[in-house]
Amino acid sequence: MTHKQIILSHQFANGLTLVAQPMPWLESAAFSISVPAGCRYDPTDKKGLANFTCEMALRGCGDLTNRQFVEALEFNGVDHSSNVSVYNTNFGGSMLASRLHDTLGIFATMLQRPLFPEDQLEDGRQVCFMEVAALEDELAQRAILELRSRFYGDPDGRTSEGDFESLKSITIEDIKAFHQQHYRPDETIVSVAGKFDWDALKDHVGSLLGDWSSKPSVAVDVIEPSRQSHHISFPSEQTHIAVAYPALPYCSDDYFLNRGSVGVLSDGLSSRLFTEVREKRGLCYTVSASYHSLRDRACVVCYSGTTTQRAQETLDVLIDQLKLLRDGIDEAELRRLQIQVRSSLIMQQESCRARANAIAGDWMHLGRVRTLNEINEKITGLTVASVNQFLADHPPRDFLVVTLGAESLEFQRDIVSAT
Amino acid sequence: MTSYRQHELDNGLTVIAECNPQAYTAAFGFFVKAGSRDECDQNSGVSHFLEHMVFKGTPNRSAEQVNLELDELGSNSNARTGEESTIYHAAVLPEFQSQIVELLSDTMRPSLRAEDFETEKQVIIEEIKMYADQPPYGGYERIMEEFFGDHPLGQSVLGTTETVSGLTPDQMMEYFQQRYSPSNIALAASGNIDFDALVQDAEKHCGSWERFDADRTIQQADYQSGFVSLHQPVSNQQYILQLAPGPSYHDEDRFATRLMSTILGDDSGSRMYWEFLDTGFAESGGMGGYEYDGSGSIMTYLCCDPARAQENLERLLKLQQDARANGVTERELELAKRKVASHIVLASERTEARMFSVGSQWLTGLPYRTAAQIASSYEAVTLAQVNDALAKWSLDSNMTVVVGPCENLTAAV
Repeated sequence: MTHKQIILSHQFANGLTLVAQPMPWLESAAFSISVPAGCRYDPTDKKGLANFTCEMALRGCGDLTNRQFVEALEFNGVDHSSNVSVYNTNFGGSMLASRLHDTLGIFATMLQRPLFPEDQLEDGRQVCFMEVAALEDELAQRAILELRSRFYGDPDGRTSEGDFESLKSITIEDIKAFHQQHYRPDETIVSVAGKFDWDALKDHVGSLLGDWSSKPSVAVDVIEPSRQSHHISFPSEQTHIAVAYPALPYCSDDYFLNRGSVGVLSDGLSSRLFTEVREKRGLCYTVSASYHSLRDRACVVCYSGTTTQRAQETLDVLIDQLKLLRDGIDEAELRRLQIQVRSSLIMQQESCRARANAIAGDWMHLGRVRTLNEINEKITGLTVASVNQFLADHPPRDFLVVTLGAESLEFQRDIVSAT
Repeated sequence: MTSYRQHELDNGLTVIAECNPQAYTAAFGFFVKAGSRDECDQNSGVSHFLEHMVFKGTPNRSAEQVNLELDELGSNSNARTGEESTIYHAAVLPEFQSQIVELLSDTMRPSLRAEDFETEKQVIIEEIKMYADQPPYGGYERIMEEFFGDHPLGQSVLGTTETVSGLTPDQMMEYFQQRYSPSNIALAASGNIDFDALVQDAEKHCGSWERFDADRTIQQADYQSGFVSLHQPVSNQQYILQLAPGPSYHDEDRFATRLMSTILGDDSGSRMYWEFLDTGFAESGGMGGYEYDGSGSIMTYLCCDPARAQENLERLLKLQQDARANGVTERELELAKRKVASHIVLASERTEARMFSVGSQWLTGLPYRTAAQIASSYEAVTLAQVNDALAKWSLDSNMTVVVGPCENLTAAV
């Protein structure tokens, strides 16, 4: 790789982890803060609570009102965002490197001393309602979210937005209690990438978050999913097809063998799905397969959208391609994959935001960071024989299918549950 | 650290690059002055269809070979078509400069084989149907048509299922021979570029392209105002789109107008943010400019609960009228400048973004400027200039298109 990548990390006494990648060639910096307050911790009758709490946490903190909080971020030129995933509530931003410390100070106050202004509760609730409503119009996303829900079950297949009924019942006390219980340093990861001085950063984060009190972690009951295929009837122009099959989680030693096989399916213009479904047959504009990993479980999610009369053929060709993987990949496919991964890893080095998110994700899954060099070595080390042995041992199977469109498709049992 | 280089081949093709020897990657793009404004009713959608066909093979390569080779170079490649331009681009590691330039150059002289043409036509129709299912359900195409009226900028980039179905390879070749003159094309590059080698390769692979007259007649748009409601019963949300006149990319006040849009319609901290997003009156919303040759527009959009749509139309009008009557504040301008300055630095660190900047500047015909020079143009904007822009581009006198389940919405007064 072009540059030897350095990963620095420090764990504070309260359990908070700071992990950072210096990118001194940049003039910018980015951060990500992942708090263990994901939607898996929503009580079943309060779905959307983590998301509502995140919305309210951003409405002022410490001495700053809602408006002053947003203005302070504007003043620092911060391009910021927040979201709630299954495990975490995530806050992130990128800015000029010179504004990093001030920006971290604002977010540290938000984590520990949010105002949760009661007079803005209804505004916040409206924002959460809007997010639920907007999802209804995103048909491809709806199919994929339904697929994930059926694949992972409850609570890990949830969408963070919750539902109208639950959101209506949430009180300011619920929000304060959720914050009190789940916004805690023990499993929080602060990641930084870009131009910074490590010692100064470590001291600064320590002064901001070192006194944050630890709290016990929370266990959650997991309900095994039924994994039944399903059709959502909707009068749309296209039928949206989502297919999942089990994969190895990111933490697995064999992850890269699994990832390699997905790359052959979907990475690049010469990948099998793009070639067979779109280029040769013209069945769709979009077709893809991507990896989705939780800590202990993972799946490959395939998606295509196509007009109703061509949807059955599209599903059949897609499933055939998944089944064909068990016959193995060839040398040229692996070579293309290796150069593509190497190229994309180097391109990542241009973006501090991409790196801040990537190292936070790695730390959550692995408790360490796979450096770009390590990933490159793993990918370069793949052989046709090793990938094919993996595919023989772990052929794509047990397909779960969710479709959304005007007509349901035939999910042939011998295909769907093929072994 | 960076240097700008430019060279013109004898046939008129321009080679431009922002060279940065420290960069890890290199990005390349062919920028063609060909878009939907160059089309007519008979070939609507041909620019975009041609963009697809450029990847479907040449006399030297099959479609499959093009895809294979793009992947073998580890490239991150794509293409886009707009009202005025079509851009074909790829980012690679610097070691692949010569190969990617040869490959992209070859694809720029496509075969347009009949069999590939018919298969790709199906892909385009799927793309049209994909967008038909997505918010705002054809609202963008409709508002462009309504706002620009008979002006060519009102023509759809994608075309319709009917127009695309009727296109033939001969029509496409005829269009190609009208627009893809080397004098209408630039090869733009950024990052770790060997510029002398780039010129040599361009000469070798593009030097024989025959030059012809491909000028475009520019007419001033006659902007239309009005209110159009499109009933979309399956939509859960109501979508509000507005277009008001704005600066072209040659207008001096474009920097002031962009800052005006940031102050009024940025997705965080703007007046629209506090009015609609912080309150949950809308799910999303914002404002942004579209600058063209000789014309321009400012788009405002909102996505909201249908029950709030009428009220939101009134609120939006009030916000626009208030801004025009009372102007914005020094504090708002300062915050907007800070956001824009930060954004420029972050974008300048991405090689691909610099290639788009260099190529897009060529499309406008304006002299090349560095990211720092562009940032200084924003820094120099005064409060009076922003308020002048607000007075000049009257946002409240616009074309409005609403799309969604509401049937009885009316223009705000």
